[in-house]
Amino acid sequence: MKPSTVPASTPSLRQSSGRYLQTKWKGLIIAVPYLWLVLFFLIPFFIVIKISLAESIIASPPFSSLLNWTEDGALQLSLLFDNYAYLWEDELYYKTYLNSIKVAFICTLICLFIGYPMAYGIVRATPTQRNILLILVILPFWTSFLLRVYAWMGILADQGTLNNLLIWFGLIDEPIRMLYTPFAVYLGIIYSYLPFMILPLYANIEKLDMNLLEAAAALGAKPLITFLTVTLPMTLPGIIAGSLLVFIPATGEYVIPDLLGGGNSFMIGKLLYSEFNNNHDWPVAAAVAVALLILLVLPMMLYQNVQARQVGVKT
Amino acid sequence: MSTDLNDTHRPWLDPKQEPFIKIRGVTKRFGDFTAVDNVDLDIYKSELFCLLGGSGCGKSTLLRMLAGFETPTAGNIFIDGEAVANIPAYARPVNMMFQSYALFPHMTVEKNIAYGLKRDGLPKKEITRRVAEMIELVELGDFRQRKPNQLSGGQRQRVALARALVKQPKVLLLDEPLAALDKRLREHTQYELMNIQDQLGVTFIVVTHDQEEAMTLSTRIAVMDQGRFIQTGTPTEIYESPDSRFVANFIGSANIFQGHVITSTADHVVVRSAQDDTLQFTVRHSAELAQNTKVWVAVRPEKIRMLKDAPTTPGPNQLAGSVHDIGYLGRLSNYKIKLDNGKMIDVTHPNQTRPTSGRHLVDWDERVYLHWDSASAIVLTH
Repeated sequence: MKPSTVPASTPSLRQSSGRYLQTKWKGLIIAVPYLWLVLFFLIPFFIVIKISLAESIIASPPFSSLLNWTEDGALQLSLLFDNYAYLWEDELYYKTYLNSIKVAFICTLICLFIGYPMAYGIVRATPTQRNILLILVILPFWTSFLLRVYAWMGILADQGTLNNLLIWFGLIDEPIRMLYTPFAVYLGIIYSYLPFMILPLYANIEKLDMNLLEAAAALGAKPLITFLTVTLPMTLPGIIAGSLLVFIPATGEYVIPDLLGGGNSFMIGKLLYSEFNNNHDWPVAAAVAVALLILLVLPMMLYQNVQARQVGVKT
Repeated sequence: MSTDLNDTHRPWLDPKQEPFIKIRGVTKRFGDFTAVDNVDLDIYKSELFCLLGGSGCGKSTLLRMLAGFETPTAGNIFIDGEAVANIPAYARPVNMMFQSYALFPHMTVEKNIAYGLKRDGLPKKEITRRVAEMIELVELGDFRQRKPNQLSGGQRQRVALARALVKQPKVLLLDEPLAALDKRLREHTQYELMNIQDQLGVTFIVVTHDQEEAMTLSTRIAVMDQGRFIQTGTPTEIYESPDSRFVANFIGSANIFQGHVITSTADHVVVRSAQDDTLQFTVRHSAELAQNTKVWVAVRPEKIRMLKDAPTTPGPNQLAGSVHDIGYLGRLSNYKIKLDNGKMIDVTHPNQTRPTSGRHLVDWDERVYLHWDSASAIVLTH
């Protein structure tokens, strides 16, 4: 007899018994990380919201309590939205928000343009090359993020590695000012977040059926057209995932603008820091944080919604 | 497909016919491995040609070279007189249907089929018309707005076929076109594929590992092994006149007896079995073979007659043995007969009568006598 292909939809006995076990343990396994998130994310987040609705006072902690007993023994809840209004009224805040988004957006775009060909190249490499290339992408994580940003300070400084090298090659006579410029911030963010773009893209492009590209070619599509009509739409989920992974943390980035941008860069993370530590205005700082979160979470939820609908259509 | 023996249906017999596809000295090496080894082949217009072989025999590599996904290491391929070795896939008058179908998951059935026409920059009206025609041909009218993952295997296969055919390619390459379908659907689709090919007159080149599929589909078959063609011919030629033990064993099954030529005349050869001196075979054979040539006599299981009674007159091609095993397949049964000299041979018999009280024609361990006509066996020299 000829070997016949087994229909893929038939689950084997072992698989179905595995599924039974899965449902039994599923609840418990999921509960642990959720508990963690509730304890260390959700509750602190509510505390931050609470602070953002309080009044700044000179005390320790430096904000008023929301719940007070009045003199006649009633419980009084006072919510103060002034802090949010203040963010809207003071030019500094929304300009800084816009600037953060601009910086994050440009960095995301550049990461995409660098990361996409890299991810594609890694997928197309031979298996041994692929492993080496992937390790090279992940390798920077083995060193502390802070350390790597400090290293960039050394590279970009007036008397730093890069300037010295350029002078040594005779390309420039005087050091170019790079550290404490927007350029340094962009460079730092792109450098730090590039792996977050490459890895989801790699995971997505790897799943791309190369037969599809051949099918497009057989149907008369030149390589560029194949890329635009097949590769790009098929890898869109990877592009979106990678972009979100870069864009969201880049918007709130504090260390890079602080260390590489110096006083010249206004990004929301830095503003938040100075509001909190220098001005000691915890309620405003909390409002800045909550506003930032809403600013970032809303588009993400929108995206999730769209994606969920797409998945719903598929099944 | 016509069974007419008229030569318009057998262009390969006509020396004046110009082959539509000429494969000349094509070799493909991947590092040290030679996937396709210096092959020549002519395929004629409107043929349904099968490349048949086991996995790794080079059939898919040859197909991919025809499509333009691989470049030959040496040699060239001519399609309609044009050398195509250096023409990229997208510029060839060839389309391909993939084993996995390779439908674009993000496009509807309609858009999948229209894809190739859009690349040609045809006017919208023309595209709509031709897509509609194709959808009708493959009977997918109700599914035009569906995405591939909302279709069954058979429907996907038809979309893939429509997408490949809508551009009216000169040649359609099909890589294991039916492998992903279940048996019943495969049989149905086989005939559908043949009808469509007949209607459109496109030259089909099919790669398959399934010999039954190759037999029913094709006008001609090329049996491949280790990057070379072992035998090329019509399904009947390949099955009834295999020219090597490899082909005899690969296409269907065959009982093979090794032996030496005793006498060889113009119309028959007498062979004495190497295993059993008393055993002699008479085979009708046109070629002259020198005495004592080492040969193999091959006989198909269904060409052997099986009787319960001993033959009254002894003659050639007679064997005796006992039933070792019975494989009941419903319409026919496979018997494994253990000959008196210990050799096991296969005999197939149609179950022409209903077995009464659950008893088969013959039973396990029953003594049986086998015999075949001298025209039913063949002599193989390698």
